[in-house]
Amino acid sequence: MPKFSLFPESASTIAGQVDALFFFMIAVSAFFGLLIAGLIVFLSIRYRRRAGSNEAGDPVHVPIALEAAWTVIPLAITMVMFYWGASVYMTMARPPDDAHEIFVVGKQWMWKLQHLEGRREINELHVPVGQPIKLTMTSEDVIHSFYVPAFRIKSDVVPGRYSTAWFEATQVGTYHLFCAEYCGTEHSQMIGSVIVMDPSDFQTWLSGTDADAGMAASSPKDTGQQLFTQKGCATCHRGVSGSMGPALAGVFGRERTFADGSKAVADEAYLRQSILSPQAHVVAGYQPVMPTFQGQIDEEGMLALIQYIKSLPAETSPGPEKQG
Amino acid sequence: MEPTDKRKHYLNADYGIRSWLLTLDHKRIALLYLISITLMFLLGSLFAVLIRLELLTPAGDFVQADTYNKLFTMHGIVMIFFFLVPSIPAVFGNFLLPLMIGARDLAFPRLNLMSWYVYMVGAAFTMWAVLTGGVDTGWTFYTPYSTTASHSNVMATAIGIFITGFSSILTGLNFIVTIHTMRAPGLTWFRLPLFVWAHYATSLIMILGTPVIAITIFLVGVERAFHLGIFDPALGGDPILFQHLFWFYSHPAVYIMILPSMGVVSEIITCFARRRIFGYGFIAASSLAIAIFGFLVWGHHMFTSTQSVYAALIFSVLSFAVAIPSAVKVFNWTATLYGGSISFQAPMLFALGFIGLFTIGGLTGLFLAALGLDVHVHDTYFVVAHFHYIMVGGALMGYLGAVHFWWPKITGRMYSEWAARVSAVLVFVGFNLTFFPQFVLGYLGMPRRYHAYPDEFQVLNVMSTTGASILGVGYMVPLCYLIWSLWRGAVAAPNPWRATGLEWQTPSPPPTENFARTPVVTEEAYAYPLKEAELV
Ligand code: HEC
Ligand SMILES: [Cu+2]
Ligand SMILES: [Cu+2]
Repeated sequence: MPKFSLFPESASTIAGQVDALFFFMIAVSAFFGLLIAGLIVFLSIRYRRRAGSNEAGDPVHVPIALEAAWTVIPLAITMVMFYWGASVYMTMARPPDDAHEIFVVGKQWMWKLQHLEGRREINELHVPVGQPIKLTMTSEDVIHSFYVPAFRIKSDVVPGRYSTAWFEATQVGTYHLFCAEYCGTEHSQMIGSVIVMDPSDFQTWLSGTDADAGMAASSPKDTGQQLFTQKGCATCHRGVSGSMGPALAGVFGRERTFADGSKAVADEAYLRQSILSPQAHVVAGYQPVMPTFQGQIDEEGMLALIQYIKSLPAETSPGPEKQG
Repeated sequence: MEPTDKRKHYLNADYGIRSWLLTLDHKRIALLYLISITLMFLLGSLFAVLIRLELLTPAGDFVQADTYNKLFTMHGIVMIFFFLVPSIPAVFGNFLLPLMIGARDLAFPRLNLMSWYVYMVGAAFTMWAVLTGGVDTGWTFYTPYSTTASHSNVMATAIGIFITGFSSILTGLNFIVTIHTMRAPGLTWFRLPLFVWAHYATSLIMILGTPVIAITIFLVGVERAFHLGIFDPALGGDPILFQHLFWFYSHPAVYIMILPSMGVVSEIITCFARRRIFGYGFIAASSLAIAIFGFLVWGHHMFTSTQSVYAALIFSVLSFAVAIPSAVKVFNWTATLYGGSISFQAPMLFALGFIGLFTIGGLTGLFLAALGLDVHVHDTYFVVAHFHYIMVGGALMGYLGAVHFWWPKITGRMYSEWAARVSAVLVFVGFNLTFFPQFVLGYLGMPRRYHAYPDEFQVLNVMSTTGASILGVGYMVPLCYLIWSLWRGAVAAPNPWRATGLEWQTPSPPPTENFARTPVVTEEAYAYPLKEAELV
C-alpha cells in the first residue's frame, strides 16, 4: 500500500460508481462554494466603507423571483444528487444472484470469516477476482462495521441480526479491512486485509488447510449437520409425518403461515429466530413445544446450522404440511 | 472589575458572592453561564489537544487505547452537551432577549436561575465521572456497548446528561413565553430581530427534542443497572432502536447549536454592512423550517445500520430538502452585502468566516445525504470534518462573533480591535488547516475513533495537528485581551457599532432594570442607516 496518497485505490465494480458520484458532488460544491466566496470577496471590496461616505444606501428591494430561484434551483440539483446516490445504494443493497456467500462474524476485537467450502480465516479474507461475493454477517457482542475502503463498501455488523454486503473485486492485491463502528478498547486494532487473488490461485488456496487447525476444515454445512444431531433437533424434525416439528427440508425461502394467521418468508433471520425464540412465531398446525436454544449455539454454529437447513433439498423429503 | 463610572448598572448594583449566586437578573445569570461554559470549553479543548497529539504518529504510543477512547468520548460530551448546546442561547440569548424586545427580564427569572443550577448539577455529575476514571462509549452511547460491554463510568455520565437536559428544556420554555408575551409596544413579530427568531426556533427544538434524549439516556441507565432487555439483543432488546431514539434528538441538536449562530450572523452582517437584511421573511421562515424538518431526517445517521432501504430512501430525500433553508440563509446574507457600506471590525470578520465555513460544512453534508456515497464515508474522518465545519466552523465562529459584538454592551469596555482581528484570522486559518485534511483522510478510508492508524494516513494527520495548534492560539488570544479589557479597555459607549436594535439604546453596561422607560418600536428591524438623532 502506498506511503502517501490523496485518493484511495478503486478495486471493486462499485468503486467507480461511488467515485463518479463523488466527483459530481465535488464539482457542484466547488461551484457553489466558489460562487459564495467570490461574491463575498467581490461585494466586500466593491462596497467597502470609504472615508466620508454617507452610509445611505437605497432601500432594499427583495425580488421574489430571486428568492424563488435560489430556493428552487438548489432543490432541483439536490434531487439529482438524491437520485444518483439512491441508485448506487440500491446496487449495493442487492447482491447478484450468482454471488458466492461467505460468513462473517465480528467479535471484540477480531473478524472471523468462513468459506462455504470449509476454510476459516481470522482478520484475513481471501477472495477471487471477478467473482461477486456476498457477505452474511453478524456479531457476537457489540456493533461492529465491516469496511473495505478500496471496495467502497461498509455495513454494520449487528448482534442479533444478519446484515449483508456484496462486492466484486476487480484487481488482484491486498486491501485494508477496517472496523468502522466504535466497539471498545481495541477498536482500532480490529483490522485486517482482504486478499484478492487470481481465480486459479484462489482455488489452490481454498483447497489448502487452515494453518491453525492443521487439518482439512469442515464446511459450515457439515458442522451444521453435526450440530443438528448433537442438539437433538432431529428428534422432533425427523421429516416424516407424525413428527413433533415440521420438516425443515425446503423451508428456506418459502412463505410460512403461523398459528395466529400471520405469514412470513423464511429467510436467515427467520430461521435464527425460530431456533432462539421458537415461541415468537409458531408454525400453524404445531404445538409451541420447541425449546429455546438461546445461549447454547454460538454465532458461527448458528450460521452453520442455517446453512445446513438451507442445503436440505426440498424434493427428497417433503414436509407433512402443505402451506408453503 | 472597577465600575466604569458612578452610574448604577447591573454589574455594580450589588456586590458579593451571594448577589451573584442568588441573582434573578437575566444579565447576571448570563454571566454565570458564560463563566461555566468557558471552563467547560477549556476542558473540552484540553481533551482535543491530547487527541491531536496522539494522532501525530500512526502508532498508538502517546496514550493507551482506553485512555484515547475516553478522551474522544469526553471531548464530545463536554463540547456538545456542556458547551455548544448552552453556548449562545444560555449566554447571549439570556442576556439579549429581554433587551432586544424591550423587556425588563425573562418571563420566569427564578426558573432561569434554576436552569443554571440544574446545568451545574449535571456538569458536576459529569465531572465526577471524568475524575473517577472517565467514560469510553463515544458521545453517541451506542448500545449494546454502552449498556453491556463498557466498563467505564457510563452511569454517572448518563445522569449528568439527563439532568443537564432539563436545563435546556427550562431555558427553551422561558424564551418562548418571553418572546410571546413580553415584547415592547409596537414590536410586532415581523419587527423582531432575526436573533430572536433564531432563538424562538431553537427553543422549540429544545422543548420538543430534549425529553427524547433524556428518556433514551434514562433507558440506557435502566438496562445497565437492571439488565432489563431494551437495547441489548442478548437480553431480548434491539440495538437499532437506540440509534433511532438517539438521533431523533441528536440530529435536531445540531440545529440547537447552529441556529443561534445564524441569528448572530444576521445581526452582525447588517450592522457592519449598514444594510437592512435582505429577505427578512425568508430568513425568519427558514429558521422555523429548519426546526420542523430537522426532526424528520435522523435516519441519515443510519444508512449502514441495516435499517430498511426504503427508510433510507426517505431519510435521504428529506435530508437534501432540509439543506435548502440553510442555503437560502447563505444567499440572503450574501445579498445583504450588496449596496452596503461595509467595514471589517472583528465581529464582522467572525461573521464572514462563519458564512465561509458553514457553507463548506453544509455542502459536505450533501455528500453524506447521498446514499451510495455515504456508505463509503460514513464513520470515517469525512464525517468528523463535516460536523466540525458545522459545529466549530459554524456554531463556534458565530459564538465568537457574538462575544466580540456584544462584549462592550455586557462589560462596558472595548477590547483591542487589532488583537481581535488577528485572532479572527488565526482561527479561520487554523481551523481550515485542522479540518480540511480530514475530508481527504475520510475519503481515503480512515475510520473515526481510531487510536492507531496505518502509516499512509500520517502526513494528513500531521497537517491536522499543526492546524490545531494554530487554532488553539487563535482561541487563547481572545481570552487574554478580553480579560485584559475588563481593567484596561476603553470605556464603551452605549452604541459603539452604531447598530439598530433596542439593546443598543440603553447604556453599556445596562442598568438592572434594562430600560429607564419602556421603549416603543415604530420601525422594522435593521433600519439602517441610523438617523443621527437615534444615536445615544
Ligand atoms: C421438542 C421438539 C423440538 C426440538 C428439540 C426442536 N424443535 Fe424446531 N420446532 C418444533 C416445533 C413443534 C416447531 C413448530 C412450532 C414452532 O414454530 O415453534 C418447530 C419449528 C422449527 C422451525 C421453524 C420451521 C418452519 O416450518 O417454519 C425451525 C427452523 C426449527 N424448528 C429448527 C430447529 C432446530 C435447528 C432445532 C435444534 C437446534 C430444533 N428445531 C429443535 C419442535 C422442536
Ligand atoms: Cu470496532
Ligand atoms: Cu443528522
